[in-house]
Order: sequence, then C-alpha cells, then structure tokens
Amino acid sequence: MTTFLQQLVNGLSLGSIYALIALGYTMVYGVLRLINFAHGDVYMLGAYVGYYLSRKLKGDEPSLPRALLVMLGAMITCALIGVVIERFAYRPVRRAARLTLLITAIGVSLFIENAAQLVFGPDPKFFPSLAPRTDFRVGGVRLTSEQLTVIAVSFLLMLLLRFFILKTRTGKAMRAVSFNLDAAKLMGISTDKIIAITFALGSALAAAAGVLIGMQIPKIDPLMGILYGLKAFVAAVLGGIGNVPGAVIGGLLIGTSEVMVVGYLSSTFRDAIAFGILILVLLLRPQGILGRAQKEKV
Amino acid sequence: MKGFVLAIVFVAVLFLGNSLLTGGLVPGFSVSPYFLQVVSLAGINIILAVSLNLINGFTGQFSIGHAGFMAIGAYVSAYVTATFGDRIREGVGMLPPAFQNSVLLLVALAIGAACAAIAGFLVGVPSLRLRGDYLAIVTLGFGEIIRVFILNIDAVGGARGFSGIPRLANFAWIYLFAGATILVVSRIVRSSFGRTLVAIREDEIAAEAMGVNTTRSKVISFVVSSAMAGVAGGLFAHYLMYVHTNSFTFIKSFEIIIMIVIGGLGSITGSVLGAVLYIVLTEGLRQFAQYRMVLFSLLLIVIMIVRPGGILGHRELWSFLGRRRRVEPRIPPAAAA
Repeated sequence: MTTFLQQLVNGLSLGSIYALIALGYTMVYGVLRLINFAHGDVYMLGAYVGYYLSRKLKGDEPSLPRALLVMLGAMITCALIGVVIERFAYRPVRRAARLTLLITAIGVSLFIENAAQLVFGPDPKFFPSLAPRTDFRVGGVRLTSEQLTVIAVSFLLMLLLRFFILKTRTGKAMRAVSFNLDAAKLMGISTDKIIAITFALGSALAAAAGVLIGMQIPKIDPLMGILYGLKAFVAAVLGGIGNVPGAVIGGLLIGTSEVMVVGYLSSTFRDAIAFGILILVLLLRPQGILGRAQKEKV
Repeated sequence: MKGFVLAIVFVAVLFLGNSLLTGGLVPGFSVSPYFLQVVSLAGINIILAVSLNLINGFTGQFSIGHAGFMAIGAYVSAYVTATFGDRIREGVGMLPPAFQNSVLLLVALAIGAACAAIAGFLVGVPSLRLRGDYLAIVTLGFGEIIRVFILNIDAVGGARGFSGIPRLANFAWIYLFAGATILVVSRIVRSSFGRTLVAIREDEIAAEAMGVNTTRSKVISFVVSSAMAGVAGGLFAHYLMYVHTNSFTFIKSFEIIIMIVIGGLGSITGSVLGAVLYIVLTEGLRQFAQYRMVLFSLLLIVIMIVRPGGILGHRELWSFLGRRRRVEPRIPPAAAA
C-alpha cells in the first residue's frame, strides 16, 4: 500500500508536467485545429532559458526568490517565442490546406531542435538546484520538496488559466474563437490578437513545465521535447482535444499510468505506454474523456 | 508483351551497368566506391520517397513514421538471412550460387515487407478511421516506439546493432526495386482505386458521399506504402551489411518528408527529383553538416509559405514538356475546415 501511494505521488508530479504541456496543445488545437508539433520544443527551450537564467543569477544558495525569477523569466521568454512562431510561420499559411499547416509545424519543430543543438550543444546539461530541498515523510511515503513544488506550482498555474479563460474578457474572446473563428471575427473580436495570446499562454505554461522538470530531473538536452511533447499530446487527446480540464485529467492519467507500469512491470515499456493508450483511445473513444463527438460538416 | 520485353531490357541494363560501375565489364574503368554508395543510397531514398508520396501526397494523409516501417523491413529481412540463410540456400541448391543468393534476398525482402505491411495495418486501422491529423501523431509515436523495442531485442543485436548481414543487395538490385516502386505507384495512382485516393485527398466528405469506402482505401494505401518502406529497409540492410536503430530515428522520417515536400506532394517524378536533390545537397554540403538540418527545416517552412505544393506540385515532370502536356483539372486546395 505504501509503495502504491509512493508511486501515486511520483505519478502525479510527472503527470502535472504532462498536463502543463498538454494545455498548450489543447488550446492551440482549440483555436486553430492544428497539432502544434513545435510545442514540445518550446518546452525544451523553457528548460534551457531556465538553465541559463539560473546560472546568470549568481548566488550559490538556492533561494526561493531566485527560483521564482527564473520561472517567470523562462515563461516570459517562451511566451514571446510562441508569439514569434505563430506570427512568422503559422499565420502566413493559416488559410491554406490543413496539410500545409501541419508540414509547417513539423518544419518549425525540426528547426528549433536543430538550432538548439547548434546553439546549446547536443550534450545534456545539468540543471542547477533552485530551491532548498527537504524531504517529508507522511506515513512511510517520501515526498521530496521538488515533487511538492511541481504539483503545487502546476495546480496554481492551471487555476490561474481557468480563471483567465472563464472570468476575463480576453478569455471569453478565446472561447468564442475556439467555438467558431469566423463568427468571432464577425462579432468584432480581433482573432489575430486572440490567437497570438493563445500561443503566448500555451508557451508560457510549457516553459514553466520545462523549468519544473529541470528541478525534478536535472538533465536537459535539445531533443527532450520530442517524447514529452508526444506524451503530452496523447494526454490532450485522452482528455478530449480542445478541452482544457480534459488536458489536465489526461496529463495526470498518463503520468500516473507511466509511473505505475515502470514501478510494477518493467521500465522497458516506459515510452510505449502513452502510445498504447493513444491507440486504445482512438479505437474506443476518439473524442476523449471529456470531449463531445463532433460530426464533420461540409 | 512489349512491357515484358522492356522489363527484361531494364533488368539487363541494370546488371550490366552494375558490373560496369564496379569495374567488372571494361577493365580499368570503374567509379569510386564512395560515388557508387551515394548513388545506391539515393536509390533507396527514391523507394522511400515514392512510397511515402502514395500516402502523403496522393491520399493526403500524413504519415511521419516511415523510418519505423523501414526499420521493421531492415531488421526482419536481416534476421531471415542471418538465421535461415543457409537453409534457404540448401532448399534451392540446384540453382547456381549467384541465383541462390538472389532467391535468398527476394525471400528475405518479401518477409520483411510483409511484416512492415502488418505493422502498417495495425497502426493504420485505429488512426485512419478518424478524420484529421491523428495518423501523424500515431506514426510519429510508432516510429519511436518500434526503435525502442528493437533496441531491447537481443537476438538482433540490441544496442550493439545488427552486424554480419551478407551483402546480397547492390546497385542493380536497388534500382530494380526503385523502378518497380515507381511502376507500381504510378499504376496504382492511375487505376480507379488511385482515383478514390485522390478524391479522398481533395475532399474526404465528398468522396464518402460518392460511395468511396474512405477508411478501406486509406488503409490499403497506407499498408502498400509501409510494405515498400519495408523493402527499402531490407535493401538498406543487405547493402550496408550492418544496421543500427540510430539509422531509423524520426530524423530519417523527416528526411523522407523533406524529399517529397521539396519535390512535390502528389508527383512521382517530383519525389524522385526530391530524393536525388536531397542526396546531392547533403553530400555537397558535407563540410557544413551541422547546419544541414537547420537549413532543410527552414527550407521546409519557406516552401510551405511560398509554394505549398513543392517544386512540381501535383504535376509530373513530363507535363512541363510541351507536346505531351496533360491538362490537370484545376481544383482549389481543400479550404481549412
């Protein structure tokens, strides 16, 4: 039982990372109907920005303000990167066929991965520890402060996002755009602006995930975004693509099942789990847990 | 009958060409092994590009895991020759040794292609039933997972790679199969079945309304394409005599996509052109190797923005040559849903 609880905690902290990335996938899919392949790479960039920021901000003592500053810096930088990607790669082809948009997304993803290998070097880097670490024991279950931070920060960010989407005017406009882009435009919503904001928000969340993973598993490399991106996308599909709470549920489920399979069966299949889940979801419930089946119309 | 004669001539020219290039025909004349290898690998790329174009260009479904199917073909056929090679040779012992090897290669390639086709079926059925971009993400996942699985199978060398594969394929075999791939794909595309594929690409809902079983057509097209990737993998393994999973990463899949996007999605001569251009650029830019993928990915984005159909678009090379110009119906690209 203790082992199970321990695995559950580990799974939830990994799952919150997936959930943060999945939110970006699902929001962009909501407004543009595009699988943003470059999203996993924005997450990787977030980790690297965090890495360089924390090395710049000297002060060898791990301290909370510094951690906060690193996190914010990475989020703002990646939000800008997200907007730049949208403006210069996706906007010119937005009205073209879907395949064109998809290939562009693949191109952007390839570009970021290879440019990152050139700029950062292909070898892994080791993320410095940002916050003082302590372990807590609750009835035999070991909770590291990193895990608690990851879970707490992710949930705080998700609540903020939910507040933003449901309670602000911009959030309302975002919902309108994802419901029907053309109608939203006719109602006087600046769709370009809303789409840019969506990319900024999604990329900021991915950057936060990048910094959080750096705190937890301190090895980062330029290709780390591929597998995390893939799994987070599966999480978004599992929860129902385009559905914000669904992305969170999907992320937590994928993270937990991955940790459980590694813990109880074998670590060989670690990366195959998400893929198996994806196949099952597509076979049994393609609209995902919270999604509603949509009929495609002419 | 005419086609049969042409095929015989084609095969004869290939094998004569092979002995000419390797220096066996005219004493004192041969090309450098490096050049021959580049040309042969270009042939394998042609098979990969033309077969991927069947699903990506003509059917309009986007697969980005072609290297995964290539890996299956490579490993399965290499395993067949390495394990059952002697037994198969004994089975056809009445033939001269050179023909024994040919039979062995053909058997190995057939089994490799069959396994790649089965994998394509298993991956295609769940993802092609649905509309949208699911095939892209499923094939991307599949390509990476199959690599991890192979890495963990000790019988094929695992992380050490699979060595000790006999060199059964050569320039002639590779271009024989490249020719066969081009022939098969162009025949498929011009058949009534090929018309259903193009109909699905242009407008899936309209195709369905016209009575096309869209899922069935998409799955068949995907399975055929996967089997051809399996053949390419088998040739690759029996040409280089060594395979490692590092040759089949998603980078390889992306390379094939770049070839067909440069050449033209939905154009067979375009994908041949793309494959050749890609090899020429790669070898020509060898001293800038680390910038290569950055350049190619930028090229991909720029082509999508400036000329989304690639260099040739849906047209074939000969449609640019005056007299035999074929009038293609001008259909606007399906608008974003």
